[in-house]
Amino acid sequence: MISAEFDYHRPGTLDQAIGLLSEHEGSAFVLAGGHSLIPMMKLRLATPEHLVDIQDIDELSGITVSERMIEIGATVTQSDLIASGELFDACPILRETALQIADPQIRNVGTVGGNVANGDPGNDLPAIMQLLDAEYVLQGGGRMRAVKARAFYESAFFTVRDEGEILTTIRIPVPPSGHGHSYQKQKRKVGDYATAAAGVILTLSDETCTSASVALTNVADTPLWAQAAADALVGTDLGARAINEAVDAARAITEPASDGRGPADYRTHVAGIMVQRAILTAKSRAA
Amino acid sequence: MSKTQVNMTVNGKAVEAAVEPRTLLIHFLREQLNLTGSHIGCDTSHCGACTVDLNGKSVKSCTMFVGQAEGAEITTIEGIAQEDGALHAVQEAFRQHHGLQCGFCTPGMITRAWRLLQENPAPTEEEIRYGISGNLCRCTGYQNIVRAIQAAAADLSVKEAAE
Repeated sequence: MISAEFDYHRPGTLDQAIGLLSEHEGSAFVLAGGHSLIPMMKLRLATPEHLVDIQDIDELSGITVSERMIEIGATVTQSDLIASGELFDACPILRETALQIADPQIRNVGTVGGNVANGDPGNDLPAIMQLLDAEYVLQGGGRMRAVKARAFYESAFFTVRDEGEILTTIRIPVPPSGHGHSYQKQKRKVGDYATAAAGVILTLSDETCTSASVALTNVADTPLWAQAAADALVGTDLGARAINEAVDAARAITEPASDGRGPADYRTHVAGIMVQRAILTAKSRAA
Repeated sequence: MSKTQVNMTVNGKAVEAAVEPRTLLIHFLREQLNLTGSHIGCDTSHCGACTVDLNGKSVKSCTMFVGQAEGAEITTIEGIAQEDGALHAVQEAFRQHHGLQCGFCTPGMITRAWRLLQENPAPTEEEIRYGISGNLCRCTGYQNIVRAIQAAAADLSVKEAAE
């Protein structure tokens, strides 16, 4: 399949890229890895007249981990996420999640920025960013702002990002040391989006859960941060009763589509199973 | 819409061309460079028949515009055998172990396996299966493909020890 025609731009700096978006406002798209955009262009669901390829912009390509904050540049690939040892030490759920995205070739090209920015509810990292209370730095249109992942997604493929803005950096507060984590994803086959998936991080003190965060992938038009599910865990021993309450609270906020991955009530059911498994795994990993 | 100028190195040779920006890398390789070893299978980045090596990483060339590969070093299945035509250990192992049935997925399988064994010279069976999970064989001949990659890994480690 051949996409519609477009002009290709490959700026070397962020200022140039933002300038191109402003010059061609409404007809220019940002191209990072392209593994969501190019399939859409082949189907002519997307017909940008200008593509602004950001791969040469050095300031978008790094991972930095400091004591309190992780910063991931927009063009960091899924493979880069998996390979980073210091990122794994600080926040292991990112590697666990990235390993469940697509396949090796796609992870070599697909970027973190693209995965979180394009608003596809099937993408795995948006829920993880909500789980971790990450924020996205957006630049363009003469301003720079940071938006919480929990406030970024409006509906499928619609986010608060303006067309003139580039998501440049993802900032993640380093989760507490000793936290337990898990991302559980049911999919039909390698490379598929989730039938339903759930991420959990939590901390334990004297076998009591002292903090928790829960988020869900691909069971609504947007990723879901399941605050009530997390609240059902805090202060408990993470026994069967607390887990059942969390599962029910998570299921209550799902609104999945009925599609090739199953009827809606099945996917809601699976979401609960994923939450249960993620809690148990995170509990077993918490120090 | 203007054409874009691209320069890249393909199988060790410098290549320069003016192309429509919407040209996919796989179309450029097959139709302009006549390197028809890499196949177009699903054209949706699922099947891996179009796998080529770009700057030391396996990628799916059906989901990349040619401009994105500007300046890249690319290796296709045509660039894997030695210059005298002798098969690479991965190719030889696919032949010995019948790691193919119809052969359509084979260029992608070999190109991916060739890179996988550079990333991980002694993979377990599970690591091989995970490592080639982006390549589909619709004859479902995976058993012999995995055996071939195991044999190639063993062969390469013997050769390395001898050097």
